[in-house]
Amino acid sequence: MPKSLKNYEANLNSNALELARKKEQFLLLGLTSPALLAICLIIVIPVGWLFFMSFFGTSGEFSLENYQKMLQYKSYARVFAATFKVSILTTLLCIIIGYPLAYFLSELPKKYAGLFMLTVLLPFWTSLLVRTYAWLVILQRKGLINNFAIEYGLWETPIKLVHNLNGTLIGMVHIMLPFLVLPLYGAMKRIDRQTIQAAANLGATPIQSFWQIFVPLSLPGVVAGSLIVFVLCLGFYVTPAVLGGGKVILVSMQITAILQDQFNWGAASALGVVLLIATFAVLAVASRAFKLDNIMFGKQ
Amino acid sequence: MKGISKIVGKDNTTSLPISIASLTKKYGDSYALKSVSLEVKAGEFLTLLGPSGSGKTTLLMAIAGFNRPDAGSIQFGKIEMILMPPHKREVGMVFQSYALFPHMSVFENVAFPLKLRKVPLPQRRARALEALETVQLSQYAERQVDQLSGGQRQRVALARAFVFRPRILLMDEPLSALDKKLREQMQIELKQLHRQLGVTTVYVTHDQREALTMSDRIAVINEGEIAQIGTPKQIYNAPVNAFVADFIGESSVIPLDRDASGNLVFSDQIVSSLAPDQSGHAWSLVIRPERLTLVKPGSKQIVEELVFCGVISEFVFQGETALALVQLQGNYTLSIRFNTKSTESIEHLEIGQQLSLSLDRNDIILIPRAT
Repeated sequence: MPKSLKNYEANLNSNALELARKKEQFLLLGLTSPALLAICLIIVIPVGWLFFMSFFGTSGEFSLENYQKMLQYKSYARVFAATFKVSILTTLLCIIIGYPLAYFLSELPKKYAGLFMLTVLLPFWTSLLVRTYAWLVILQRKGLINNFAIEYGLWETPIKLVHNLNGTLIGMVHIMLPFLVLPLYGAMKRIDRQTIQAAANLGATPIQSFWQIFVPLSLPGVVAGSLIVFVLCLGFYVTPAVLGGGKVILVSMQITAILQDQFNWGAASALGVVLLIATFAVLAVASRAFKLDNIMFGKQ
Repeated sequence: MKGISKIVGKDNTTSLPISIASLTKKYGDSYALKSVSLEVKAGEFLTLLGPSGSGKTTLLMAIAGFNRPDAGSIQFGKIEMILMPPHKREVGMVFQSYALFPHMSVFENVAFPLKLRKVPLPQRRARALEALETVQLSQYAERQVDQLSGGQRQRVALARAFVFRPRILLMDEPLSALDKKLREQMQIELKQLHRQLGVTTVYVTHDQREALTMSDRIAVINEGEIAQIGTPKQIYNAPVNAFVADFIGESSVIPLDRDASGNLVFSDQIVSSLAPDQSGHAWSLVIRPERLTLVKPGSKQIVEELVFCGVISEFVFQGETALALVQLQGNYTLSIRFNTKSTESIEHLEIGQQLSLSLDRNDIILIPRAT
């Protein structure tokens, strides 16, 4: 074949095709630009501003004063420790309660699964504030539980169920549960039930096949759900504020306190920045440990 | 595939017969199995063949213990299994989706049944690797399952199913996810493996060619009942009813009339003078397309043959064979398959052409006409 003919064929319509490709790329950019702009306005700029403000001390001059204070005063460390402790406890309790619940839902026939899923979703759709105050009513000294228990002789004097760590955990677990159950339910539904049958066929008792096959295969769902719950807990404000009764101070509450009492935007911003960095650190460690890309976006 | 006799001895204790009696299973108001009885001999390769929804998978799952029938008996050897939970039945099974454990390596998958049986690690290793060698996958032992191709996964599932020396092996359409070439290769390999293992095998498929290729015997299942059971040759050459004739192989079905003396006739030719059944009900003639031959113009009809005259309505070349549809008088269509060897003079055949076809009387298949 003559060389000139070869070249001619290689270039056939290539300019027009290249132009079409570029046009498509521009169109795609045009379509995504509103979303990109929104992210920039709502997330990038405010967070940048937060960083910026955190470097201004009470004197109004650029300094590391806010961060130094955090290292100086033990109270800050205590608040962070409490935040992590409450978040970890809430996540663990959510797993303990949510795993059997998700398993139960995933085993139900479709028509009943929808119905039972409503019992998980209905509170999820109810206002956070309403649910939190409802817990206050139920748990308080002369609330539903204490009255009932005393009347039936379960205990003599009212037990302190609210305005302490107990109340905080009860409320937070209740509100966070759907965030664990929903991804976990999805992960369990995706497990090929023939693998469970195969395990039985190969000689595994129901308990063996549950622990050796089902649980390992559902772990990605547990990790995904736990991370969502944990990260949400780190910045949670309303429920711990109302049900903790000032006994449990989390970072979010500390930020509010600094703003309300001292009107110190710099110190509050610095706390926010540290919380944000801590959250990212947790996600980074988790993504290393659990290959998060696979869990969140499916194995390639 | 070699060395299997080391894994599973060839003595008779390695395989068990299966006796199924009056097995019935209902889903709501419809019967998935209608009082099915079936004997699978020790060491036999038996295929359950039927269309989807015929009950073949329900039957297999009942043997494995994954569904509980409403009535009936399933015995392995002389032992009643009907109430036995699946993990105590000691049958190997290859699932349609393979059902490999995605969180385990190939080796761990195959070693899993041995681990459950508390086989010590060195032996477990040796036996699992030996099973993998049997399916030619020993070099993939440390791979993850998702790094394997479909055909390789199929082999892992197979190795996992026989590594613990089950005395019965069940397979649920194990080749349906593979492409045609690989499927045909695996059919041969499975047959060889079965010969080496000598294990009683029940195989489910909807692919009649696969069933004919692999089985010692075939049970054709339709609407929850066994329509016919027999060797591939029996089923192909002597189908008992229109469903079997139609489902296995290609066939043309032509309704026959009776003449004054009760002979079965088609367009003035006596097809059968002795009606196989005297009750007087109607019969049809089943003709396999490859059993017909082209009558050369001018040659005389011989008594041993039936002759059909018609017009070619369609002619397609399909590689090793060519298929022609021939329109007969009375609006019946015959299909005929030609070998495409150059010795067959089919070059001149074209749509619209008149021709005569002959059928040897030995190839006549009669079935009761569907009402």
